[in-house]
Amino acid sequence: MSTSSDKTIGALIVDDEVLARQIVRELLQTHPEINILAECSNGFEAVKAVTEHKPDLIFLDVQMPKLSGFDVLELIEGNIAVIFTTAFDQYAMKAFEVHAVDYLLKPIGRERFEGALDRAKHRIANKPRAANHRSADETDKPHPAAPGPHASDLAVAARPPQHFLERIVVRDGTRVTLIPIAKLDYVEAQDDYIALASQGAKHLKQQTIASIETGLDPARFVRIHRSYIVNFERVVRIEPYGKDSRLAILADGTRLPVSRTGYARLKSLLDDRA
Amino acid sequence: MHPLLSRRSYLGAYVAVWVPLACLLIFLIRISGGMGTLEATVLLAPMAALFAGASLSAWYTCRANPLRTAGITRLFFTHLSGALILSFVWAEIGRFYARALATLQSFQGLAVRYDAHFGVIVVSGVLLDFIMIGFFYVLIAIEASRIAEARVLETSVLARDAELKALKAQVNPHFLFNSLNSISALTSSDPAKAREMCILLAEFLRMTLGLGEKSNIPLSEELSLLHRFLAIEKVRFGSRLQMTEEIADDCQSLLIPPLLLQPLVENAVTHGIANLPDGGQVRLAAHCEDGRLSIVVENSFDAEATPTHRNGMGLVNVRQRLEARYPNLASIRVSTTADQFQVNLSLPAEPQEMHS
Repeated sequence: MSTSSDKTIGALIVDDEVLARQIVRELLQTHPEINILAECSNGFEAVKAVTEHKPDLIFLDVQMPKLSGFDVLELIEGNIAVIFTTAFDQYAMKAFEVHAVDYLLKPIGRERFEGALDRAKHRIANKPRAANHRSADETDKPHPAAPGPHASDLAVAARPPQHFLERIVVRDGTRVTLIPIAKLDYVEAQDDYIALASQGAKHLKQQTIASIETGLDPARFVRIHRSYIVNFERVVRIEPYGKDSRLAILADGTRLPVSRTGYARLKSLLDDRA
Repeated sequence: MHPLLSRRSYLGAYVAVWVPLACLLIFLIRISGGMGTLEATVLLAPMAALFAGASLSAWYTCRANPLRTAGITRLFFTHLSGALILSFVWAEIGRFYARALATLQSFQGLAVRYDAHFGVIVVSGVLLDFIMIGFFYVLIAIEASRIAEARVLETSVLARDAELKALKAQVNPHFLFNSLNSISALTSSDPAKAREMCILLAEFLRMTLGLGEKSNIPLSEELSLLHRFLAIEKVRFGSRLQMTEEIADDCQSLLIPPLLLQPLVENAVTHGIANLPDGGQVRLAAHCEDGRLSIVVENSFDAEATPTHRNGMGLVNVRQRLEARYPNLASIRVSTTADQFQVNLSLPAEPQEMHS
């Protein structure tokens, strides 16, 4: 286990291919200071293992079924050093933008691997202590992690322009949910979090509303209020509500406040569609 | 723009046709009596040039009345009336010219001699116009065959392009990198298996390169390439990759373009099986009936997976190659159910040629 007293570093190996995990394990054999906490064959297992084992270091494959390596990174908290392993070189830029320690191309060579490991150790030795050593119940609910931007915000920033999110990944404890963008009803800002409403359920995610807004297609989602983004197709009608403000009524009966600028945005989208 | 004026080679041919025609015209008038050689030349050479220019208009009449579609009577009367009008106007202009020449001392009396030849001149004008019409029809035919030839060339270039692109796209570098990574892992844990995989990979690459040079291969040969591909992927994916094959015996020797199925099977693995945590099945089936070969490549897939390259380049490529190879005779159909992705190919069954 990764405690500050012993010098061992807890690591996870995440790859959907047995042989690819095997080679990382083998390369780590000469490093007794690295303690392999678990091997995971997909992203769901990885998210669960991070909560359970609280590793310092993850070897993370990019292309995996359901949840990609980047999705996993978005769902985990704490200042964990990540080394991506992949046969695809086109994700290198994105990996750099989400602050990965390194990006190893398969087949992985010993020398390159050692270099990545050195960098990871350096990163782990210099990281802010508090961020990585939290009690179990603390991590179960989302909690602001290390200072600096969160992986979700970075992932949005790393997205190519004119390419909008197709699904959103959220985690509740160890359970991971994928919300296809068509099933997202609205987004509500709650301090450092956003609540994503989909099919009658609300999912909390640590991300700012401004950041998720940039990832959503403006032809389908409107920022109707400082704290609300709504799926345009869900809005059935707008009702006046007090002076200068209105309410948007959604198909399921939900009532959301609409600010004056929000109303102007809603109207211009309506005009565009007409 | 008139095609004769825009193309130098056509203009050359036109002039080359007109020089002997002008000489013939002069000769005809000369032997019909009454005019000297000099007189006939001075009178008729400019007139021939004028006619050459005026009869360019017959091109449009020819274009408007294609030999193949216009009826023979219509053709005859259209061109005859055109020729009569043209020739008559031309002969009248000639009359003015002859009058003008007659004012010169050496051409005294030309006006009278011209009037005596008026009928001959009109008739030769009609004949000249008919010769021009024949000339234009020949030109139109040449032009048409030139266009047809260019079109044939263009389609064959397109077909060749599609083939080349397809072949270049065959070996996916990521497939290679992932396979090499697997081999690298196996070298310490299971050297025998590592060697086996090296051999599979080498055979696969050799076949891929070799097949690119052929234009047709028996289905059985493509299948043996696919078996190697799938054996390699099986090492990577383990129990996640299941395969079934139902190939009718009478299809084995039918000819198909090389590497036609490889991109489809590769898609089935990389966009189907690789996206499923618990894996799935790739099914290959082929049967022939009524002179057609039907091939099915089917795989389990995750309908919710981000649809990045699901209808990737592989499919586009196969479609283009089929279209180039069997224009309007082959089809490719993609269908999906909740968890199955299916590609259906249908192409003419080409039996192997028997070498006796």
